[in-house]
Amino acid sequence: MANELSKPFEKSALSEEDLYKMNKEKKVQITSFAFMIFLTFLAFIAVATEMVAPAFAVPFILVLAGMQFFLQMFYFMHLKDKGHEWANTFIIAGVVLSTPALIALTFLLGMTKY
Amino acid sequence: MADHVDMTKGLPSNPEKATLEGRNKFLGFWIFLSGETIMFATFFGAFLGLREGTAGGPTAEELFQLPLVFIMTMLLLTSSLTSVLAMYAMKRNNFKAMMIWMSTTVLLGLAFLGLEIYEFVEYVHHGLGYTTSAFGSSFYTLVGLHGAHVVFGLAWISTLLIRYAKSGITLTNAPKFYVASLYWHFIDVVWVFIFTVVYLMGIGGA
Amino acid sequence: MADYSAIIKEKKDKSVLMDWLTTVDHKKLGVMYLIAGTLFFLKAGLMAVFMRIQLMFPESNFLDGQTYNEFITMHGTIMLFLAATPLLFAFMNYIIPLQIGARDVAFPFVNALGFWIFFFGGLLLSVSWFFGGAPDAGWTAYVPLSAGDYGHLGMDFYVIGLQISGIGTLISAINFIVTIVNMRAPGMTMMRMPLFCWTSLVTSLLIVFAFTPLAAGLALLMLDRLFGAQFFSPDSGGNAVLWQHIFWIFGHPEVYILVLPAFGIISEVIPAFSRKRLFGYTAMVFATLIIAFLGFMVWVHHMFTVGIGPVTNSVFAIATMAIGIPTGIKIFNWLFTMWGGKLTFNTAMLCASSFVPTFVLGGVTGVMLSMVPVDYLYHDTYFVVAHFHYIIVGGIVLGLLAGLYYWYPKMFGHHLNEKLGMLMFWMFYIGFHMTFFVQHILGLIGMPRRVYTYLEGQGMDTMNLISSIGAFLMSAGIIVLVINIVYSALKSERVVVSDPWDARTLEWSTPTPIPEYNFAQVPQVRSLDPLFYEKIHGDGKMKPAEPLSDIHMPNGSILPFIIGIGMFVWGFGMIMLNMENAIITPYAVIIPGFLLTFGSMLVRSIKEDHGYHITVEELKKLEKEVS
Repeated sequence: MANELSKPFEKSALSEEDLYKMNKEKKVQITSFAFMIFLTFLAFIAVATEMVAPAFAVPFILVLAGMQFFLQMFYFMHLKDKGHEWANTFIIAGVVLSTPALIALTFLLGMTKY
Repeated sequence: MADHVDMTKGLPSNPEKATLEGRNKFLGFWIFLSGETIMFATFFGAFLGLREGTAGGPTAEELFQLPLVFIMTMLLLTSSLTSVLAMYAMKRNNFKAMMIWMSTTVLLGLAFLGLEIYEFVEYVHHGLGYTTSAFGSSFYTLVGLHGAHVVFGLAWISTLLIRYAKSGITLTNAPKFYVASLYWHFIDVVWVFIFTVVYLMGIGGA
Repeated sequence: MADYSAIIKEKKDKSVLMDWLTTVDHKKLGVMYLIAGTLFFLKAGLMAVFMRIQLMFPESNFLDGQTYNEFITMHGTIMLFLAATPLLFAFMNYIIPLQIGARDVAFPFVNALGFWIFFFGGLLLSVSWFFGGAPDAGWTAYVPLSAGDYGHLGMDFYVIGLQISGIGTLISAINFIVTIVNMRAPGMTMMRMPLFCWTSLVTSLLIVFAFTPLAAGLALLMLDRLFGAQFFSPDSGGNAVLWQHIFWIFGHPEVYILVLPAFGIISEVIPAFSRKRLFGYTAMVFATLIIAFLGFMVWVHHMFTVGIGPVTNSVFAIATMAIGIPTGIKIFNWLFTMWGGKLTFNTAMLCASSFVPTFVLGGVTGVMLSMVPVDYLYHDTYFVVAHFHYIIVGGIVLGLLAGLYYWYPKMFGHHLNEKLGMLMFWMFYIGFHMTFFVQHILGLIGMPRRVYTYLEGQGMDTMNLISSIGAFLMSAGIIVLVINIVYSALKSERVVVSDPWDARTLEWSTPTPIPEYNFAQVPQVRSLDPLFYEKIHGDGKMKPAEPLSDIHMPNGSILPFIIGIGMFVWGFGMIMLNMENAIITPYAVIIPGFLLTFGSMLVRSIKEDHGYHITVEELKKLEKEVS
């Protein structure tokens, strides 16, 4: 029984339908990759050409980064798929609990009093 | 308890989760990643808190060059895509394609790492040493920690590639490759925030 | 299949020492955590006694200021990281798989790895005494006191020792979470899990989210001390408050990391000896989750006097007070569980029930401390010391003692002596209140904490004397416990039944002593308190969920032990970077340690290890031996 765990398989158990679905999903992934590249371009251009007002640039690029984060996590890392409920729980908990820490370290160092 | 393996039916569609051990690895690694999230958040927080503290040394605006960062970003983003494609190949039991895509990921990662080292050397030449200022320390620590993750990821994936060079996809190594690719994506996610928060906000940030 | 029995035979032929060094069995590791935690507990307890001797009389010269500082630092650090955590881990390791009906934890190898890394990290911290003195900046290690300019070599041991033992704790926590999520027996839904498993799950989550910022903070301090980084020096743009934030982002959840499993133990012991099901199970689960969430939102209450600003202080003060609500829910649920129950007051139940009022006292002073204006008065006085000792000793230690007396028969096959147990409980309980109750008043009249002496005639003499006598009484109680353990091991009657307490949860359905595979057949769970359900609705035995079949077991491995040593050597080499006249160059130590650590990991990664199987025939033979 144990040896079977180290043996390669002759073929794949995927049915035609599975393959079709998989190819479709692959296309979605490549599209999301293209979208990520586009978002990156946008962020760099916003800063490099100073087309966006500096006061607006920071929130703008942060939103773009948030979108990329979402795409990477939910599409590339499959968080949107079934069987990822627990993984979602943990990652969301991590992000939620990171937020106050990030804000505190950025703003609450005693330089400006809030 | 050990799941029985039926070899005749062929590789299951989610080979990384076909065994209990694989499911455990998968979940355990996600928990690890959520811990990493908050650890990186701490380093990001430290950088954001200290980035004004240049102590008369070079500032972000004087040092950072967008073209270099842009190339690095593209390399890492592409390597993320190649590891996605490797996982598709794995699910279809296409061992050769998986190895090729994974190797491409490693090559792109190496190129990224080379550029990062070049960048650091360049900054040191321009007078930003590790001990120059709080900005310098926190910059090198945050970006260096990400770089260390890249190094570890490269070593890890390369080890897998060498160890399983001829083995084909098995239920033992499928979870390993899958988890390694998750790790690689996570490195990319962190980089998204580094180029945004450290570089873009360093240059254009008010 | 024939060669597997050869493996089993070979396993049995291992010497006892090798068996324990290579074991990946969660029960043996639980016992190892128990032993290691107890040793660290006794060591740190002894330091506390020395400090109380020093403070017994004004202007005493028993310890000098420097030694006193080293003692307060090591007492706090060891008690939290190396005593309380492993003692709780001991029970979590031993009990969780049994309570959820699993044969082992999810990653047996990682379990062993976590123990050895924790152990060697603790050892590294402890050897600091032989290299010019222990760390002396308090367990909170505030900068600049702990940074390069002021902190001496001891702080390097603190930074690196804790970093290493923290990694061990972190990977063990991940292991517990995966175990609880993935390894539950059929029918054991999340809302049928014993509360101890729930609190352990939440604690492990807190470890994942709190020990990682600690790792980051310790890394910053290490880079500052060893490589001259400038995070904390204002001259170069650094900021000292940064450390306080990071430390307390970890430090406050740490309190809940320790107290939640204690809550869990109490929630197991009280229903068992009240002969009632736990009152408000669902409310208990959600209260646990709320406490965990709020635990991350309150850390600034440790820093009220830093001067971050009025709005910030108010927000965190309100969040802090809010924690009183879920904690109150728990307190009332325990009371209502006992209400109308058929109570048995043995030692375990005495510890568990006396936990409730003691913890309320600690909680009330906590709410007092959360009010910002008066916190300016309480800050850094003995009032704070009294408060957190009520939480930690009155909460966690009583919980641990209750758990020890409750699970001892299952773990070691005999009861602890009840008469000695009662004696221990009363000595400990009276001694505890004597020690710490007067410290509230000492704090209110202005005695500062962490100062090694005080002047005569300020109204502090009598109360300090009382406090010290109480500490002696408490230590005598612990000595009685040690005597009890030895006495019971020799004289106590062996327990042969599987369920000596007539208890409710799954761990009591396994035979004593527990076979290596825990359950010959994984049980089918039909309700909360599954064993009790079977006693009422079935024949008192768990129904199996699977036919008798081969059992897959993990192989033992020496690699966790070697990785532990590797990390110890590597860490020690890093500390040598700061030693003034090291005998050999530090890199001659760092590199072997590094290679040992990662080399062992590489071996583990490259060698596929599928474990072995206990065949049905062998299983039948083993089962016959047991029954």
